[in-house]
Amino acid sequence: MATINDVVVKIATVNGTGSASANGMLMKAIFRMGIPVVGKNYFPSNIQGLPTWYEVRVTGAGYQSRSDRVDLMVAMNAQTYARDLAEVSPGGYLLYDSTWPRQKELLSEDVTVLGVPLSRLCNERFEGARARILMKNVAYVGVVAALLDIDLDVITKLLEQTFAAKKHLVDSNMQAIRLGYDYAQQNFSCPLPNKVQAMNGTAGHIVIDGNTAAGLGCMYAGATVGAWYPITPSTSLMDAFRSFCSKYRVDPETGAKTFCIIQAEDELAAIGMVLGAAWNGARSFTPTSGPGISLMSEFIGFAYYAEVPAVVFDVQRTGPSTGMPTRTQQSDLMSCAYASHGDTKHVLLFPADPFECFEMSQSAFDFAERLQTPVFVMSDLDIGMNDWMVPDFEFDESKIPDRGKVLSADVLENMEKFYRYQDVDGDGIAARSLPGVHAKGSYFTRGSGHTRYGAYTEDSAAYQDVMDRLLVKWETARNILPAAEIEYSKFNKTGILTIGSGHGACREARDRLSAENINLNYCRVRAFPFSDAVREFIAQHEVVYVVEQNRDAQLRSMLLLDIDADPAKLVSLLHYNGMPINAGFVVTRIQEEVAKGRAA
Amino acid sequence: MSYIAKPKVAHPNLPRNKLGLTARDYEGTVSTLCAGCGHDSVTAAIIQAVFQLNIEPHMLAKMSGIGCSSKTPAYFVSSSHGFNSVHGRMPSVTTGANAANRSLTYIGVSGDGDSLSIGAGQFVHAIRRNLNMCYIIENNGVYGLTKGQFSASADVGSKPKKGEPNEMEPIDPVSVALALGATYVARSFSGDREQLVPLIKGALTHKGFALVDVISPCVTFNDHEGSTKSYKHTRQFYHHVVDADFVPPAAEIKAAYEEGSAMPVELHDGSKIVLRKVDKAYDPTSRAAAFSYLRDRVNAGEIITGLLYIDGLRKEMHEVMGNTTTPLCQLPLDGLHPGAAELKKIISRYR
Repeated sequence: MATINDVVVKIATVNGTGSASANGMLMKAIFRMGIPVVGKNYFPSNIQGLPTWYEVRVTGAGYQSRSDRVDLMVAMNAQTYARDLAEVSPGGYLLYDSTWPRQKELLSEDVTVLGVPLSRLCNERFEGARARILMKNVAYVGVVAALLDIDLDVITKLLEQTFAAKKHLVDSNMQAIRLGYDYAQQNFSCPLPNKVQAMNGTAGHIVIDGNTAAGLGCMYAGATVGAWYPITPSTSLMDAFRSFCSKYRVDPETGAKTFCIIQAEDELAAIGMVLGAAWNGARSFTPTSGPGISLMSEFIGFAYYAEVPAVVFDVQRTGPSTGMPTRTQQSDLMSCAYASHGDTKHVLLFPADPFECFEMSQSAFDFAERLQTPVFVMSDLDIGMNDWMVPDFEFDESKIPDRGKVLSADVLENMEKFYRYQDVDGDGIAARSLPGVHAKGSYFTRGSGHTRYGAYTEDSAAYQDVMDRLLVKWETARNILPAAEIEYSKFNKTGILTIGSGHGACREARDRLSAENINLNYCRVRAFPFSDAVREFIAQHEVVYVVEQNRDAQLRSMLLLDIDADPAKLVSLLHYNGMPINAGFVVTRIQEEVAKGRAA
Repeated sequence: MSYIAKPKVAHPNLPRNKLGLTARDYEGTVSTLCAGCGHDSVTAAIIQAVFQLNIEPHMLAKMSGIGCSSKTPAYFVSSSHGFNSVHGRMPSVTTGANAANRSLTYIGVSGDGDSLSIGAGQFVHAIRRNLNMCYIIENNGVYGLTKGQFSASADVGSKPKKGEPNEMEPIDPVSVALALGATYVARSFSGDREQLVPLIKGALTHKGFALVDVISPCVTFNDHEGSTKSYKHTRQFYHHVVDADFVPPAAEIKAAYEEGSAMPVELHDGSKIVLRKVDKAYDPTSRAAAFSYLRDRVNAGEIITGLLYIDGLRKEMHEVMGNTTTPLCQLPLDGLHPGAAELKKIISRYR
């Protein structure tokens, strides 16, 4: 069946061969033709030599999740030919480097194999081993451009921008593109039935990854101290923050920096630095992943009890333990929500895409300072490291950041006496003072038992008084955090509830299911503790499918624990193989449930 | 309990510092440590040092971890901010606090368990960054709050109250600090206030990481016959090498020193430490000499004390990073981003 702007290209290569920039160019070219596109990188935890894949989904409909089919496989890795061939959807195509013909191995009844002697073409045209390898990647982009009917002018402009300072690279890259493009034009019937066509579907959008967006957001939020220990897949967040700050936070005359990035000795130290800085009134943060959260737990409990703000980005990867560091999951929900010993619970924000990473990386500081507690931004590898097409970021200069209840020197001067943990306003939040501001503001910050006056205690009633006030604060948090995205029709008795990167798959699944007359309401939760609107959403439905990317239904458990949701209503759809969830999974599982007699 | 405030009855004739405060104004709540604990003497020395340096109480940040030593910040300068963090993690909290506000004076009080076992990693990395702080280790060789287990600083042959003598090599914070290039390395004894107060003053004034390792006997668990961290043992084998006199900026060096024994070392702010060398051959500005001397004397069973090494010129963390001199926490947020119009330009690169 011929399609326009609905095609999936998957590229199988070996990591360390420079294919990433070629794949990025392919995605960008389609985006610049005005066609919505999704890029997903499936890479190994390795520097060089292991199989890696990049998937470009052209989706005129503007869906955000990965696809569940492959129309054109660019099989550049002989190691994985067999599995790559098996993955191509019936009627699809497989492109390979026929410098070494493999007709027998690549025999398949319902897949058309296209051989292009990419190595031979590049070896004839280019000098030097490295250039030949790199240009082979560019050449397959040329082949794909011919097969899908991608506009060569767009690619030329892209190259001119990318290599603005190195004109000779524009020429050599363009030569490589033409090698592939011309070969395909001469030998195959181009374009293929599934092709692209310029449209106007990307205006007002950019293509960016979540970690870059969050790093940019931290700069806009006015974060000054970033402490971190390198860990996949969060590292690029601090890299981005550093890069933006190097450009915008260095005095052009003196070279003095208004940011301090500290590469800590481990995650225990990273969170300690964040707390020390926040205690002094700086906006401070740390990006990490699951193993880092485990190490930070003791300090997180301290921050909860001593009421020190902190912003922690958990770019989740596949656990448990070291797990699969370059695969995605949402499996740190409970370890973050209840991190540390004793009675603790923490505020979580769930961005669904890089746009929300940018927004929430700013609001997280507001919430942390308002609530004087750690706030977790629960991103994941899929959001953090993949390129997403999202609406343009905007920054409202008139919006005043919320620094929370911090007493100024003047206010302290006029106070009879300052007590750190007194709830004057009834919202569970006590005003704090910052060191060095005024003598009257001094207090002793401690993780040991303390009274509402900030004094050490082992007295039962005084201890419990503070613990109970923290619950009042928890209810305040519930009411001020980002609202859930809800789509509701009273005619539907069934709903889907998800978080974060489950959004794209659920949105698409709802469209597909509604074509089968299975209509579902929708609730995308954006924060923990859960709001009353979430509680109400569950109450309004007979069945709510809880879609999440972990094995143990952590989100569902939190719904039971936090808002006492009826467990009989909550049916789990769990995707936890490390790949980003897709719509096909959600559709199939719901069809199964409907067939079993669950309401829809 | 530590929340019991001391009655403020100040004698009208008590000496006052430049801020008009008396030493009483630098006191804290009543100590809850055992009677005779070395730590209380260190607390008293800190009070004297801060008082004499005319530090505004609210400009001092008292940092600690967990253990007997880490409780002591409650017992000095009540009107300073304190941060009693988690076990072994005082250095990281102080690093972050200092990163955010470089205008405060940081004093960290730790113990041998807190710094040499659970917190060894953070201790060495604070040194590596040359974090601008005074880092005091109240070193008694045992865990007090959990009732007397050996710590990593226990000497070979030291006998516990019950059980077998220690046979593992101790981790000596002074040797570690010298090996790592700490820029102010001192050792003292809680029973020698004359020596300790100037060493703490020098450490508070030094720009960079200043370690003061104080042998501070545990009267309850490690002060018996056979202990190498007891008052008796320390007094017997205690050996002054270099004493330090702190001279504030612009003040003259007035004390008379024996020819060849005085050695002034300039600090960043113009103040000086005058080193009085008991052993004339000793050169406290040579790291190699300090290390070799230290190991020789340790092998001879001596506990050498004083300001053993100083490098007054190496850059501290902020200087290495090139940070603005304004404390980062005082920068208004709206000056920390390039605005909405620039955001449009930034994102245009992602099309």
